[in-house]
Amino acid sequence: MSEAAAAEVHGHGAVADQYEPSLTPGNSGKLGMWTFLAGDAMTFGAGIAAYGALRYQNVNWPDPADWLGISLTAVMTFILICSSVTMVEALSGITHGNIAKMQRFLGLTVLGGIAFLGCQAYEWHHLIWGEHLSIKTSLFSATFFILTGFHGLHVTGGVIYLGTLLMHSFQRAYTVADAKLIEIAGLYWHFVDLVWILIFTFVYLI
Amino acid sequence: MSSTAAVAVHGAHGEHHELSFWRTYIFSEDHKMIGRQFLFVALFMMSIGGLMAMLMRLDLAWPDTQFSFLKILPQSLQQDSAITANTYNAEFTMHATIMIFFVVMPILVGCFGNFLIPLMIGARDMAFPKLNMLSFWVSAVAGVIMMSSFWVPGGPAAAGWTSYAPLSAVPLYTGVDWGQNLWCISIIVLGVGSLMGSINYITTIINMRTKGMTFFRLPLVIWSLFITAILLLLALPVLTTALALLLFDRMAGTHFFLPAGGGEPLLWQHLFWFFGHPEVYIMILPGMGIASELIATFSRKPIFGYRAMAYAMAAIAFLSWIVWGHHMFQSGMDPALGQGFMLTTMVIAVPSAIKTFNWLGTLYKGDIHYTSAMLNALSFVAMFVIGGLSGIFMACTPVDMYIHDTYFIVAHIHYVLFGGSLFAVFGGIVYWFPKMFGRMMNETLAKVHFWITFVAFNCTFFPMHILGMGGHMRRIYNPTQYDFLKPLEPVNMFISISAFVLGAAQFLLLANMIWSYYKGEKATENPWHANTLEWSAPSPPGHGNWPGPVPVVYRGPYEYSSPESAEDYLPQWQPVEHATAAD
Repeated sequence: MSEAAAAEVHGHGAVADQYEPSLTPGNSGKLGMWTFLAGDAMTFGAGIAAYGALRYQNVNWPDPADWLGISLTAVMTFILICSSVTMVEALSGITHGNIAKMQRFLGLTVLGGIAFLGCQAYEWHHLIWGEHLSIKTSLFSATFFILTGFHGLHVTGGVIYLGTLLMHSFQRAYTVADAKLIEIAGLYWHFVDLVWILIFTFVYLI
Repeated sequence: MSSTAAVAVHGAHGEHHELSFWRTYIFSEDHKMIGRQFLFVALFMMSIGGLMAMLMRLDLAWPDTQFSFLKILPQSLQQDSAITANTYNAEFTMHATIMIFFVVMPILVGCFGNFLIPLMIGARDMAFPKLNMLSFWVSAVAGVIMMSSFWVPGGPAAAGWTSYAPLSAVPLYTGVDWGQNLWCISIIVLGVGSLMGSINYITTIINMRTKGMTFFRLPLVIWSLFITAILLLLALPVLTTALALLLFDRMAGTHFFLPAGGGEPLLWQHLFWFFGHPEVYIMILPGMGIASELIATFSRKPIFGYRAMAYAMAAIAFLSWIVWGHHMFQSGMDPALGQGFMLTTMVIAVPSAIKTFNWLGTLYKGDIHYTSAMLNALSFVAMFVIGGLSGIFMACTPVDMYIHDTYFIVAHIHYVLFGGSLFAVFGGIVYWFPKMFGRMMNETLAKVHFWITFVAFNCTFFPMHILGMGGHMRRIYNPTQYDFLKPLEPVNMFISISAFVLGAAQFLLLANMIWSYYKGEKATENPWHANTLEWSAPSPPGHGNWPGPVPVVYRGPYEYSSPESAEDYLPQWQPVEHATAAD
């Protein structure tokens, strides 16, 4: 905005000498993804705030550690963080023109996502059929299933998104010019990773 | 700007490209066609929402009376040709829901946002045309879901547009089962469509402005749509989350909002109004933007305090996030917290007053042209002042204690939403109709429509203040069941008759639009002698908006009666030769 203000001050000459370059030149998709993530953050934010409000009001909220396996979810967290690292490597690969490296690391990222979902499926299966915990049992179980479930949907969406890009990269020879596709997908994937860290902290640890 | 260049190339060879009927009119990716689609759908929905209002007024004038002509309506809207307590609940719920989510938002944001943004910033189209198309069709699906609820057993949602839990969370309480579920689903779907739209608007305005179009040369209507898009982006997801939780309470047996299972009914109110108050400004800011365009153009003067206008809108948008508690003074709120909300709410009067005085400053000593568009814009300002002032009454906690949930709030919301937003919409339709459809609207008919609407509007809604002060509660189908409200029945009768006139007058607008579409005078490129970029394109603009290169911008949007020009306007795209212009 300060650029605009400066431009305006000098702008009384009647020539179109001033313009503000686009924020993400040649890559509106990147700005679009950032915008989407801001909105999505509000969806999660409202969910986490609602969870906090409900938990604060309820004195007999169970200790999460009594129900949830922290060690399994610690592994899940580790897997997801690693998949963020491989995502960075995939982007680094394509920006340096190394398409094979991009495909290798994008594949690893997809595998990380699938491994995370596998662990979550195991966890849910154990809670539902082993511990007989359902969404109806209590507010604790309801908030747990909804927050982790909504995040799981995001991971599923991410796996499909990245998997599609990976297949696409084999069908149509990707070049450095396609780096922006990987960069935009990376933004989404890192966001999903970040949200998980918040959910892990608020739902499992605290 | 490399992206503009790329789009320019694309646009240039797009022109000779004939698209099929389906791609041109139905699944169009052209922002102008999508804008028109939103307009048509919203006007159709307005007739449904208006019908709900007419039914309510019919009942309030003659409660518990049978009217044989009501038989043609679905069972959810009448029982044995009469409006009952249950159908009345459905009617006010659907009236507000349709008018807010399927009329005012689609016209202001969907129609004007889509149509104006690329044309006024100098872009060939939106940043994501496919997403734009999807945004319309997702919203249309939401509309179909909402409409279908009229025909499900139990009728449509009947817990008010605010859907307060636990009333909305337990089917037994309202007797509505699938209607409320469909209501939730429809608005979740609409939220997805709106998210796509706001991503598009924000990205387009930031990234695709033409050369010379700096942020502080943007027309104020674009500023308003930009700020509105940010509010939409951040507010609607909160509602989506709340609706999802409500849906789980209704369908999956959770207890988020049900005290029986440890849930918190107030949580619904907090989430709803955290969305709801920004929503109020989502519906008024574009109206303010449209009024600013119209008032500057028809006063033939630069807008007074351009920057202050933009900053005031940003301030209103920011403040809208920290005032939601003023809807909940009566919900058992800590008085200390209530006082905080009271103060933040009253602070909103400051930027709103800045805008109002700037409009007046623009009019002052202007060469005012009383076109029908201008009349609508002027009545926007006047009605917004009345609605804004009655808002201060409700922001004030002790006063709110008395008028909360009475007809006073009904009067207030209609003064800002009908008197404000809809008058801006009417003005905007007359003003941009030539650009949208290539023909002028009939000015006489538009003026007749304006005056009948203006008088009937005030006769309908002003007496509601009196009803409210008299203790007439809102959302009651038969006020005569209370002795103390019986003396107010003539007022109700007067309001109802005015409302019927108001409703009937809207057919004049519709008739004018249809007649002008076929028979109106052919519009020139710039019939209003306005400055903004859309008037440099043909009327109506073809695919890619400008047949030649995208115009370049040399100045701000409101250089009316500039000494640099012999005319009383100086368009943004027109270079000035300094040597000759001064003489």
